[in-house]
Amino acid sequence: MSNASDVPGLSKLPDRFERIGVGAFIAYVVVLTFFIWSVNKTGVSLKDLVGGFPQMGRLIGEMLPPSTARLEPVGWALLETFQMALVGTVVGVLLSVPIAVLATPHLSPHPVLYHMARNLIAFFRTVPDLVWALIFVVSVGLGPFAGTLAIVIDKIGFCGRFFAEAMEETDRGPQEALTAMGAGRFSLIMCSVFPAAMPSFINTSLFSLEKATRSSVILGLVGAGGIGIELKVAMDLFNYDEAATIILAIFALVVLVERVSSLLRKKML
Amino acid sequence: MSNQFSPADLIVRGLTKSYNGHPAVLRGIDFAVSAGERVALIGANGAGKSTLLRCCMHLIQPDSGDVDLCGTRLEGLSARKLRAVRSQVSFVFQKHNLVPRLSALTNVLQGAIPRTRFGSAWFQGLASEALRMEAMLCLERVGLTHVALQRADKLSGGQSQRIAIARALMQRPRLIFADEPAASLDPVAGDEVMSLFSELVRAEGLTMIFTSHDLTHALNYADRIVALRGGVVVLDAKCSELDLKTLRALYE
Repeated sequence: MSNASDVPGLSKLPDRFERIGVGAFIAYVVVLTFFIWSVNKTGVSLKDLVGGFPQMGRLIGEMLPPSTARLEPVGWALLETFQMALVGTVVGVLLSVPIAVLATPHLSPHPVLYHMARNLIAFFRTVPDLVWALIFVVSVGLGPFAGTLAIVIDKIGFCGRFFAEAMEETDRGPQEALTAMGAGRFSLIMCSVFPAAMPSFINTSLFSLEKATRSSVILGLVGAGGIGIELKVAMDLFNYDEAATIILAIFALVVLVERVSSLLRKKML
Repeated sequence: MSNQFSPADLIVRGLTKSYNGHPAVLRGIDFAVSAGERVALIGANGAGKSTLLRCCMHLIQPDSGDVDLCGTRLEGLSARKLRAVRSQVSFVFQKHNLVPRLSALTNVLQGAIPRTRFGSAWFQGLASEALRMEAMLCLERVGLTHVALQRADKLSGGQSQRIAIARALMQRPRLIFADEPAASLDPVAGDEVMSLFSELVRAEGLTMIFTSHDLTHALNYADRIVALRGGVVVLDAKCSELDLKTLRALYE
């Protein structure tokens, strides 16, 4: 058995834990109290969960077998959902690029433009896409256009931020080389920043497309086009077998998009 | 100072530079380089060689002092005019600084950006026959036509530095700055790069200023040596008047 005093010049071993201050202790207590209150407030109850099992079983029973009655309209709605995601992502990515350049500290032509771009991206990102969809449904009417616009805005918030970060992290050496030869800012961005940030751009864009596919399903619930509305109607009319078909279709679409996107990622990077 | 060459391509007067709060890196540098001259800048690590080269192109803004580059005073120049002056000077870096993911040919071609129509020298796929041919000729002069379409980040260190030299030639410069062009290479590749560099500079009649830690490179490839120590010029003499022993003593 060895003692602390075995180590020359050491009277006592280092503390296992750091001592916390009064302020930190109060903060921990407040956070814990709030969490317990939140559990209580949200009605988390094991009894209700267990009691809900038979009901869930009944629902699944009614869902099986999935209905094949409305395969064609469901198929078209699914296609529309993907088209919304695709168009929204492509337009959003294209618009993100110039905004992201303005939001990159060493590339932005002016501090005012930099802050404007940063704030715009932050604003687009903090407002959820469902809220954007509600706004566009009111302004351009029900249908896929509203959903597509919501995706465009959401992608600017998402890609704008990640594109700017990717450009900020690029190696400055090649950029210095172009500056030294007298190239202007635009040439510098096109010739050295974009090529260096391209893998990150592609990765972020493909991930965006996957995310947009999932969210375009939800957007339908507020009437912004796509398959979401079909799902809502089926559920509201207790056509659970039809709802099952729709859920399986959504599942298949999301898996397909993810597979293709990871394949493209491997090919392009 | 040698006056056999004229007029001066670079005149530096009273140049000072310090990085926020730290002791000054450069404390009043004066020297001039005549057209066609090859000058080696030597000095210990941190002597301010790289900072001086960058200050001479205003890649780093000096605190005070004047720089006349290719006959133009850099102080107070507009961004556009500064770019025009820079376009006459090629800068070769210690770490080649090629754009990764782009082909060797595109990297060389980009040397023509400052002197060609907007966008016409961005990528080899979009460039004119004449420009592509010129870029291939530059590659030929560094002996690397066979890697033209390879990605820059797949090349060896020595090859990359030769591509960087080809890019410098593509710029059709009047002056070449090189910041330890051989330092990141093994001795053999380093010697190859330096002798290639020196031949090309001589053949084109260019002015060259390079920094080096290799004193034999300095003696073999320069006409004149300028030594920095503690931010000032402590030696400025023709190579013919210098030997290794004298130069070594500067580092002690």
